[in-house]
Amino acid sequence: MIPLSHALALSLLLFTLGAAGFIIRRNVITVFMCIELMLNAVNLAFIAFARRLPSLDGQLFAFFVIVVAAAEAAVGLAIIVALYRNRNSLAIDDVDSMKL
Amino acid sequence: MEILFYVFGGLAVMAALSVVLQRTPVYSALSLIVVLASLAVIYLLLGAPFVAMVQVIVYAGAIMVLFVLVIMLLNAGHEGPSQHRAKFARWAGPPLLVAFLAEVAVLIWKQYGLTSTANAPAVDASPAAVGRLLFTSYVLPFEVTSILILVAVLGAVVLAKRQF
Repeated sequence: MIPLSHALALSLLLFTLGAAGFIIRRNVITVFMCIELMLNAVNLAFIAFARRLPSLDGQLFAFFVIVVAAAEAAVGLAIIVALYRNRNSLAIDDVDSMKL
Repeated sequence: MEILFYVFGGLAVMAALSVVLQRTPVYSALSLIVVLASLAVIYLLLGAPFVAMVQVIVYAGAIMVLFVLVIMLLNAGHEGPSQHRAKFARWAGPPLLVAFLAEVAVLIWKQYGLTSTANAPAVDASPAAVGRLLFTSYVLPFEVTSILILVAVLGAVVLAKRQF
């Protein structure tokens, strides 16, 4: 048996790593990958709770999260390509037009 | 069976560390594929074969191919040193991170302790059962999803094509 708390702890670790990477990385693409990492951590929590209940609805929520992540990846990477065309750089420090 | 959970859980955490700490984006992308694949194994162990397969095909397959393609297209190399990083983040970040981890870990432990994920016989999670639920109770979200994907495809094409 897998304790629920261990699955949630794994989810917590992955989410924290993703959040830390989101803050410390300076490359737009790596920052984007850290977002994907956080989405996956949430999916793991959904699946663990779905097994605990037990119910199929949690699995469907994870499924929808994957679908939204796919759409988000397509749009996000298009934004990164447009950004690179305009700034000729992938460093997130260079994108500060809206900073006060 | 549960030993596999710890093996692949450890693998996922180590690969996630590698995603965060690598300075070259393509190494981060390859480490992320390891995370996604180990999570797929964990989904199988937790009785979600359909989501595990979708994870491998859609996430590790399609989405990561897109990532690697963009890294290749933009020729994203080694990340240079940061020019202006806040001093505050450097000394306050790690303690706050550890505090957050500890707080949520204590919450999880107090709430669930060592209760098993499998407290009852598993429901039928075959692709047939998932599909039946998807097209009955969740038919509206399913249809909304198709519109979302259509908009995302249009948005991606417009964004990547036009010069701003």
